Amino acid sequence: MKLIESKTLGTAQASIEFTSIPQDGTDLVVFCSLRTNVNAIAATLSFNTGGTYTRRRLQGDGSSVISDTASVDLVVNASTGTTTNTFSNTQIYIPNYTGSTAKSYSSDSVTENNSTEAYQTLIAGRWSETAAITSLKITVANTLDAGSIISLYKITKGSDGIVTTSP
Amino acid sequence: MTEVITKLVVDCATGEATEVPLTAEELAQRETDRLAFEAREAERLAAEEAKEAAKASANAKLAALGLTADEIAAITA
Repeated sequence: MKLIESKTLGTAQASIEFTSIPQDGTDLVVFCSLRTNVNAIAATLSFNTGGTYTRRRLQGDGSSVISDTASVDLVVNASTGTTTNTFSNTQIYIPNYTGSTAKSYSSDSVTENNSTEAYQTLIAGRWSETAAITSLKITVANTLDAGSIISLYKITKGSDGIVTTSP
Repeated sequence: MTEVITKLVVDCATGEATEVPLTAEELAQRETDRLAFEAREAERLAAEEAKEAAKASANAKLAALGLTADEIAAITA
């Protein structure tokens, strides 16, 4: 697994977008540590432009669970209802991102909170477009706080079919 | 002074990160998303409140039948 780019926000941003993603990898992995400035825990993931996203979600919030079709892809720590200066954690996995079929992805994320209400969200998603993924964006309802971190990695399959790792 | 909302665009080919003001289309999409979220959230809260109210009503009816709090807990837990 090799790091492509990692950014720590110095100022609040509505979204963060990685463009010109190299096409020499097999799978993409995104790690996020996020906090937003409003009381809205949801964030969305999008690729390139256009297309249709379909999702299944399994989510617990500390007292109840839901299983549904979601319109969001991950949870982030909100300004209210979560411990000050804490951030959520998320991993997104996108296999075969340069392939010529619809793209599947999965996302698992948790919010950090020193209280009963803390979210754990699993998403299985599908993007209908068949183009290779060249850009990736994460968007929240208002803005991501400074200090939020997003890192993009690629995993490259070796010529023998075995996944190789790079330092 | 109007607040300028920006996004961070990271070019993976160059490593350059640029703060770009949102376009009118992106701002409009944000507003649409915000309203949709608020509507879903209101719906979720209303469902939770209705569920809590039904639970309280059921417990009250069980108590009226003579069940103790421990007995109600035993059959509803």
